[in-house]
Formats: sequence, C-alpha cells, structure tokens
Amino acid sequence: MKDFMSGNDGVAHAVKLCRTPLIAAYPITPQTSIYERLSSWEASGQLKGIMMRTESEHSAMASCIGASLTGVRTFTATSSQGLALMHEMLHFAAGCRLPIVMANVNRIISAPWGFWADHLDSLSQRDTGWIQFYVENGQEALDTVIQAYRIAEQVYLPVMICLDAFFVSHFVEPLDIPEQEPVDAFLPPLNLPHRLDVDKPGFLVPVVSSENYRHYKHSAQMGMNSVKEIALSVDREFKSKFGRGYGILESILLDDADVVVVTTGSMTSTARLAIAKMREEGKRIGLLKLRMFRPFPVEALQIALAGKKRIVVIDRNFSVGGGGIFCQELKSALIHSSDHPLIFSYIAGIGGTDVTPETIRKIAIEVLEKSEPADEPQWIMSE
Amino acid sequence: MLAPEMEPNFLRPGHAACPGCGLATGMKLVFQAMGPRTIAVIVPSCEGSIGGVYPITAYGVSTFHSAFEIAAPTAAGIANALKIQGNNDIQVVAFAGDGGTYDIGLQSLSGATKNNEDIIYVCLDNEAYMNTGIQVSSATPSFAWTGTTPKGNPRRKKNIMEIMAAHHNPYSATASIGFPLDLQQKIKKAKSIRGTKFIHMLVPCPTGWRTSSDLAPELSILAVETNVFPLYEIENGTKYTINHQPRRLPVQEYLMKQGRFKHLSEEQIRQIQNEVDEEWNRIQQRL
Repeated sequence: MKDFMSGNDGVAHAVKLCRTPLIAAYPITPQTSIYERLSSWEASGQLKGIMMRTESEHSAMASCIGASLTGVRTFTATSSQGLALMHEMLHFAAGCRLPIVMANVNRIISAPWGFWADHLDSLSQRDTGWIQFYVENGQEALDTVIQAYRIAEQVYLPVMICLDAFFVSHFVEPLDIPEQEPVDAFLPPLNLPHRLDVDKPGFLVPVVSSENYRHYKHSAQMGMNSVKEIALSVDREFKSKFGRGYGILESILLDDADVVVVTTGSMTSTARLAIAKMREEGKRIGLLKLRMFRPFPVEALQIALAGKKRIVVIDRNFSVGGGGIFCQELKSALIHSSDHPLIFSYIAGIGGTDVTPETIRKIAIEVLEKSEPADEPQWIMSE
Repeated sequence: MLAPEMEPNFLRPGHAACPGCGLATGMKLVFQAMGPRTIAVIVPSCEGSIGGVYPITAYGVSTFHSAFEIAAPTAAGIANALKIQGNNDIQVVAFAGDGGTYDIGLQSLSGATKNNEDIIYVCLDNEAYMNTGIQVSSATPSFAWTGTTPKGNPRRKKNIMEIMAAHHNPYSATASIGFPLDLQQKIKKAKSIRGTKFIHMLVPCPTGWRTSSDLAPELSILAVETNVFPLYEIENGTKYTINHQPRRLPVQEYLMKQGRFKHLSEEQIRQIQNEVDEEWNRIQQRL
C-alpha cells in the first residue's frame, strides 16, 4: 500500500509491522512523532503490546534492556541529547548482546541549542558496539527498521537506524508500506536463547576477571565481524520479497569516475542530482553512498574504490580537534591501498545548513582541479 | 508461614559480604519471602559486590546486575516482558542501595512509580556509599561521620517514604532485619498487590557504622525501639499504619553503640532526639 507520510511515520509503521510488543520512549524533537504515532496505535489496540512512557531516555533504554533480556522484541526512538543521555546504557545493551532496535533522528547536539540535521549525535556513539545504518529517505528508514530486526536477532547485537532531522524525519513522501503477511514471513518471532528464566536461574552481567573481560570483548568483535555478510544476505532477501534493496553501500557511476564523492544520509539524494547534471556536462564524477557505518565496511569500500585516484568525503559532522568522522574512517580503510588515492575532506551541512546540488558541484570541481588535499578539512561556509 | 530458617535460601553461603553485614541478612529474608518464581535486579552497590566474581555466584534466583541508577525501570522492563509472555506468576524484585535510591536512582524510581509499574523495589539503606568505602549520601543521618563528612554530616536524612507516598503508589513500607517476621509479611503482602511496591529497609553496616560485627540485629531493633526507624506502611499514599509500637527508648542507646556517632555533642544528640520526635509526631498525625 502506498501512502504519503513522513520518515518518522514510516519508522512507526515498520515497528508495528514487526509486531514489536514492548516500546519504551521519551519525547524529544524531532523524534517525538514516532513516539506519538506508536502511542496512538497502542491506545487503539492496533499495536499489540506495552508502551512504556519512561521519565528519560536513559530509563527507556534500561527498560528495553530488561525486556530484551527476558526475550521480547523491543524498540525505542530518540535524538541528540536523548541519545547522549542514553550513552551508558548503549554500552550496556551491546555488552549484553541484545537485539534492541532504535531509531535515532540525527539532530545537532548542544551547546548551542538547535534542532537541525547533523550526524554528530550518533557518531559520538560509534564506540558503543551498536550496528549503525544511515538512511537516505523515509522509504529506506522504514525498510531498514524491518531489516534491522532480522540482523539484530541473528547476531545478537543492537541496531541504530539514523535518519536526518526534518530532511528525512518530517519530509512527506509517498512510501510503500509492506503488507503484514510478507513481513511476518520475513521476520519470525524472536526466540532469544539465553534469557532471564525462573526455571533456569542464572546470573547475568557478573563482575568478571580482566582475562574474561578481554575474551568477552573479543567475542563481541567476532560477532560484529559477521554483520556484513548477514546484512547483505538480509538485504538480498528483503529485495526479493519487497522489491527494494540497498546494500551496505551503494556505488553510482564509479567505473570511470575521476572523482568519487562519498556521502551519507539525506545529502546522498542531493548528490545524485548534482552528479547526474555534471555527467551531462561530461564531467566524470561518481558517487558512493555509505549506508552501514558500524561495522565499518572496510573490505567493501576497498573493492568499490579500487583504482580510484580522487575521493572526497562530505561530512555532516565534525569532531573538534579531529575532523570529519566519516572521512577519518574512510582514510583508515584505504591506508594500505596500492592506488594511494588522494582523499579530500569537506565539512558541509553542519547544524542543518543546506547542502544544495551547487554545494556538491562546487566540491567536486574543486577536488577535480586541486593538485593535492589539504591536511585540514575544508569547511563549506555561507557565500 | 514457615520460620525464616526453614524456607529456601536464595542468597547462598559463600557470598562476599563483610562479617555481620545487615544487608546480606536483609536480602536473604527478602529472597525467602519471594520464593523461586522470582527474577531479581541488582545494581552497583554492596549487592553487586557480594554476589561473587564470575563464574561463581551466591544468587540462587535469576538475577540481572544492571547499571547504578536504573533498578526500577530495568525491573519494569522485565515485568512488562513477562506479562507479554503470559508469565503472570513471576514477580520481579529490584534491590538498590541508599545511593541508588535516594540519590542517583531517584529520578528513574519516580518515573517507574508514577507509571505504577508492577515491581517490588527494595531499598537496602545502610546510610552511606559503603561499596566505595564510606561516603555521604542523602540517606546519611545528621552528624554521622563518613569519609566525605569528616566533621559529621551537616544535613538531615532525606525522607524517602514521604517522597514515595507523594506518588500515591499502592504500597510502601519500612522493614527491619530486627523484625524478620514483619519484614517477610510485608514482602508477601507486596507480592499480593499489583503496581509499584516500595520497601525501605534499614540495614546496619558494621564496616561503615564503625561497630563490632555482631551488632547488626541489635542495632536494627534499637533503631525501631528508639523511633529512629519506625515500622509502618503507607497504602495508596494516604493510609498509614504503624506495625510495631516502639518502646521510645532515648536515641543515645542507638547512637552510642556506633563509632560514626562517637564525636556527637550533647546538643547534637538533643537535636537528633528532636528530629526523631518530630518525625514520629508527623506520622501520628497521618494515621
């Protein structure tokens, strides 16, 4: 069924389709409409389960952890400050190897205050052990929630779906809502093997020795290493059932590209337009959309970017004293490349500022003409 | 009802509590009254330490060691998941210390209580941060020595029972290891009520209170008999019941057995007596 709706509504529809019986949430702009939509369905009985209206995001995640340990599917949604407040519990959820799914609407993190799109909130959580996807539009947000449960429940790691504030969360587009039956066939009921059980008493999360801790973290890495294959296979199956697939990254016109522009989130749609126009003018610009950020798809990037000489990463985030985070990670992934590509870093769209097709074009042309990258990332400032 | 020593033990021998720990006795009594169809949440505090280091544990029911400030919402998440699964006969008990209840966990406890989540929350109050040494919390009584109040605590103990009553939750009660039958009756009563149940238990800490290791039961009784810690319950935030008529012994009898109060002046003891009397009168007015 197709309907006009926002990305947030798309996320809520996906959560309902996944028959998620326990949701715990707390309001924060621009996530709140997910919480409201799910609450209204809980009240009307369309959503079978329990909505926990907690007093903070920290407690929302704590409740999801408790419920997930007991063996039920859980969901929460947050943004910005709420995600930062959850930080402690994000480590806990991943450390407990729980298949919790969360939508994070990417919003700037204070100070100063603001409400607009920026990826620093979720990137600040990159080391918590969560799988992270950055989606381009409402349809992808909806589809990724459904895929996320399949992935999470195979590898026992939590998944964060990151969607840009307003550009994705609030823009209304025609979205295809899958029917219930094929979603049920795609996503079997959760059957968590090790859970809180009075008939098999156990002690979860004990104090461990240094050696046990090291072993545990290593096994978490082994689990994370398996995510790429699982995510690809889930995406292939999703495509065969629902007609839409995304990969863990997407290569657009890379074969002959003199410059590859790397984007995440909603600016990818803008870049698609800009690059199509530049191609018409004979400029050989390609586009790589990074969809999965954790685990970082090192091998897939190495393959996709093999032979490329000029790569530019546009970051809608900035690690003060460091640089654009996606660019830093991409540089690490290609450090041993025999192609020795020149990797350029641009900071654009910070604080929800516009990234227009002209912005992308300007960056691509600069990169085409420059002899080598600057050590410092280049900021796109207002004209 | 079986005598406590006849019922099953879900805090097994070999736990790592200090000799004479009142908290360990309190947990043992709660577990006995809860029975085997129980899931427990513990948080960083002495409860987190005494369970032992992996792969051994003293806890005999399914237990989750969660983060410091979230005993209540964690337990609520488990309780709701059990309902979703149709396991309506399993009860969830959350244990937190005074720091995890009065201080860092107060917000999340209030949130879960506001929603009347179906849990039993037990505050094991040893009146300071004992697991990290002996540091002042907002449950530390007036003038008590701690490692961070070397001249004595300048502030009065927070009234957690009144805070809970303000939520109009179905059941809150004080309990003492010096009155084990009363304590276990309260746990059993809490089990029979749906919604948020709060048990405030004073648990003497020989290490932190600077006493010999055989005094926890006696101090528990004295705390009740001096009215420092009256035994009462509050239903729906309004119905107050006194469970034990105290002998109203002078507070000195309780205070002077403890090293943490050794430095008290007569004036300070008088002030504590006044505070105790004032609190007792206030409860009387609510009966």
